[in-house]
Amino acid sequence: MATEAKAHELVVSVSPHVRGKETVARIMWTVNLSLFPAFLMSVYYFGPRAAFVTGLCILSAVLSEHFYQTSLKKKSSIGDGSAFLTGLLLGLNLPASVPFYIPIVGSLIAIVITKLLFGGLGYNVFNPALIGRAFLLISFPKLMTIWTEPTAQFVAMDAKTTATPLGILKEEGMAKLIEIFGDKADLYTSLLMGNRAGSLGETSVIALLIGAALLLYRGYITWHIPVSFIATVGVMAWAFGGNSGLFSGDPIIHLLSGGLILGAFFMATDYVTCPSIRKGQIIFGIGCGAITMMIRLKGGFPEGVMFAVLLMNCFAPLIDRGVKSKMFGAVKVKKEQKK
Amino acid sequence: MSLKPKSNIELIKNGMFGENTIFRMAISLCPSIAVTNGMKNGVALGISVVFVQTMVNMTISLMRKFIHPKIRIPIFMLVIAGYVTIIDLLMATYARPIYKEIGLYIQIIVAFASIFARAEVFASKNKVFSSMCDGFGMGLGFLLAMIVISFFRELLGKGALFGIPIVSGSPLLIMILPAGGFLAVGLLMGFFNWIDMRFFGGKGASGV
Repeated sequence: MATEAKAHELVVSVSPHVRGKETVARIMWTVNLSLFPAFLMSVYYFGPRAAFVTGLCILSAVLSEHFYQTSLKKKSSIGDGSAFLTGLLLGLNLPASVPFYIPIVGSLIAIVITKLLFGGLGYNVFNPALIGRAFLLISFPKLMTIWTEPTAQFVAMDAKTTATPLGILKEEGMAKLIEIFGDKADLYTSLLMGNRAGSLGETSVIALLIGAALLLYRGYITWHIPVSFIATVGVMAWAFGGNSGLFSGDPIIHLLSGGLILGAFFMATDYVTCPSIRKGQIIFGIGCGAITMMIRLKGGFPEGVMFAVLLMNCFAPLIDRGVKSKMFGAVKVKKEQKK
Repeated sequence: MSLKPKSNIELIKNGMFGENTIFRMAISLCPSIAVTNGMKNGVALGISVVFVQTMVNMTISLMRKFIHPKIRIPIFMLVIAGYVTIIDLLMATYARPIYKEIGLYIQIIVAFASIFARAEVFASKNKVFSSMCDGFGMGLGFLLAMIVISFFRELLGKGALFGIPIVSGSPLLIMILPAGGFLAVGLLMGFFNWIDMRFFGGKGASGV
């Protein structure tokens, strides 16, 4: 008997023998958790409507993934939280006043066309939530740019509509923006706290940074993409954003407004659609930042983070190929010949 | 082309379904995206292609014994250009509003891969009447594809068909933009592949 028991204990398996606790599901649910502060702030500023829009996005994203996979007799993968995350990110990227069908259409496009038709999680070329939003913005340009003024009173009053800070900056200039918010310090505080018009989740920089800190602490994202992204935006805003020649712009407004923080920490760092080599990630971030600022300063749209990240998504495989590190022991042939 | 000569009906069918220009062969995709933002334009271009394709196949087939193989390409080109000029001038005279929108694409029919391919592959080797049937079928297949694509694009993108509003509400503006063209063509191509694999036991576009 004893020998038999010992025989059972001998398990032959291939490496790896020791596995970490990290799984796709664990990472995805942590990212969901890290977006929770931003979600709370959006409900605080925009009322129950914010929770309704975000909830509808999540629900339709999860349901569309489930039904697509079960109708193809595949195993439903909604438990890993990636569909939940796509829905949540899409919801946080919509204005509060959208009619109910917009979240549903956006989630369908994001999940079915962008993710599942390309082969599911891990095979998508573009960030699903951003494609969903791009589709909606191009399809319903009017509905998608009605921004509600934040009230900070939970009971929804008659919602006033207004322009986003970047919209005002583009249309009427810096002086008007400062006039609306009081003085410069007030403007910065409002932008930092999220007391401004904009997409649901992008407004509160503080809440987003708390979530990002959690992700950085757990090591789920590295600093490379966000820092290079944000730094490029800052430098370009400083250099080209002003009216009186070079280096007269105000970088802080560009850093705090729009979807930059949300995009830099939560969208651009999507594992599937960003380069996986550190050096490539920095190039990726710089590219995102440069395209963002080009659109903000010269393009037709007031905000360019979404298009910047999507454009750089196309280049991610190319960047990865370009910065591939040298193989161990490999020698450059040209130098050898010169000798 | 094939070892067993096909009957004329089969040739037309083949052009419409089995070797459909856009959904199965994936050639001439440029007009399928550029012109299909409205049913009117799509159908107009489709009909012009039916005419040009049939007439080109007939003419090439008539001349097939006199064309020296070494200069066949310029000769095909001249024949196609002749018929395209006919339809171009006809449209410019009798269908002015549509011509203003898609005139450029009418002239580009000269460079359509599908017309050229049928002249080379089929018409220069087969008898006159079967060449005509082949050209007619191919043209019909193109027309069919244009109708299907522009039907969905105009319905979703403008809520209208032939310029007549049908559905009220906010349409998906992206569908009449070029991006929507790519989406529509890709999804429909996938859909027809699925039908072929599911109901006709085919292998999809890759296995024709």
